[in-house]
Amino acid sequence: MSGLVGNVVRRDLLLAMRQKSDVLNTLFFFVVVVTLVPLGVGPEPNLLRAIAPGVVWVAALLAAMLSLPRLFANDYADGTLEQMLLSAEPLPLIVLGKAVAHWLVTGLPLTVVSLVFGVMFNLGTELTLVMAASLLVGTPVLSLIGAVGAALTLGVRGGGVLTSLLVLPLYIPVLIFGAGAVEASAASIDSTAYFLIVGAIFLFSAALTPWAVAAALRVAAE
Amino acid sequence: MNAPRSSLFRFASPQVFYPLAGKLIPWFAVAAAALAAWGVYLGFFVAPTDATQGDSYRIIYIHVASAWMSMFLYVIMAFWAAIGIAFNTRLSSMMASAIAPTGALMTFIALWTGAFWGRPTWGAYWVWDARLTSELILLFLYLGFIALQAAIDDARRADRAGAIIAIVGVINVPIIYFSVKWWNTLHQGASVSLTKAPTMATTMLTGMLVMALAFWMYSIAASLARVRSIILEREKRTDWVRELSDKGAL
Repeated sequence: MSGLVGNVVRRDLLLAMRQKSDVLNTLFFFVVVVTLVPLGVGPEPNLLRAIAPGVVWVAALLAAMLSLPRLFANDYADGTLEQMLLSAEPLPLIVLGKAVAHWLVTGLPLTVVSLVFGVMFNLGTELTLVMAASLLVGTPVLSLIGAVGAALTLGVRGGGVLTSLLVLPLYIPVLIFGAGAVEASAASIDSTAYFLIVGAIFLFSAALTPWAVAAALRVAAE
Repeated sequence: MNAPRSSLFRFASPQVFYPLAGKLIPWFAVAAAALAAWGVYLGFFVAPTDATQGDSYRIIYIHVASAWMSMFLYVIMAFWAAIGIAFNTRLSSMMASAIAPTGALMTFIALWTGAFWGRPTWGAYWVWDARLTSELILLFLYLGFIALQAAIDDARRADRAGAIIAIVGVINVPIIYFSVKWWNTLHQGASVSLTKAPTMATTMLTGMLVMALAFWMYSIAASLARVRSIILEREKRTDWVRELSDKGAL
């Protein structure tokens, strides 16, 4: 079974590497959005330090959302998705593999770049690491829950905006606890509880969303 | 072989359910109006002024009823959607689609009346605490459900896709319900519980429960009326709808 997930991940990574623009566009969007905020609210360092975790988290959410269509759209267009639906292998595992690959090309780069933003917003070493750690645990959730939205809106009119409307309410708990972990650390409160909750949300979604996505894919492909 | 006795499952057919719904709506509508009238009378003329909040607390009679209904209707909607996708019955999915706008309305009323209550008591129309935020998420979940179904042309695919999003979102309802216990929030905790005596005056409690029942009757009446429209839209090519339409008896 791990052979299956590994193969799906390898295939998706290969396709992503062939079409690097998809991956880099998401990263650049993240960078641009975070950069816009100081230009809008002014460069006062204390204000920026206070809002930085929230801004970075919201930008990560938006970037993850923008990258969702590429999860299934290409496979749907060239017929591979139907083959996945017809295969003897369990569809939830295939979906899990695709979500892992999606995270590796969107969530993980975001997490690494957030370290740079920790410096740009003057967060200090400890808070920067807490922020990156919260993103590390939280961004896989974005890929998993986002897969539900992407599968439901496959081939539907107005897909991108509709996906956002479906997926953002489900992202909100991760946002609250992920950014909350950094806020708590900034207030010198132990952030373990926040990390435990984000971890719980991650495990919960890793266990259950592949089933929802599989059901949604079968609905989408009829 | 004996002729099969008709069972209640015959109401799973849109054709059989349509006239039943038509007969039920007036009962629920009248019940809703009567209970609402009584509830408003109790709430505004019988119940005493609150010791701490004065008369501004009286919005409880609408706020609590609509908030309860918003959560309850989401669960009911998810239930029917789940039945529809599991047993492949179209009427169940039509019922879920019919409940959604009423549920969204209830959520909106809860948020709006809550804001009016918050202003005199907390000093703010809105705070970002757990219960208010999760109720806002509930509104987005309803709107997402409605938007998804509106965007998909094929009715059966819309039913199933909506069912998935409704079921995924049902996790939010326990979060709203328990949010006042799990977090330090500004919002009041539970005064009414199944296991303990209520912590509010009896007349206030009665008024609140009567209004809740009134909102429940209204929700049923509105959902039944809406499901009748949905049935007509979806089944417009069938003979029975054509006959009804020809007779002008829709």
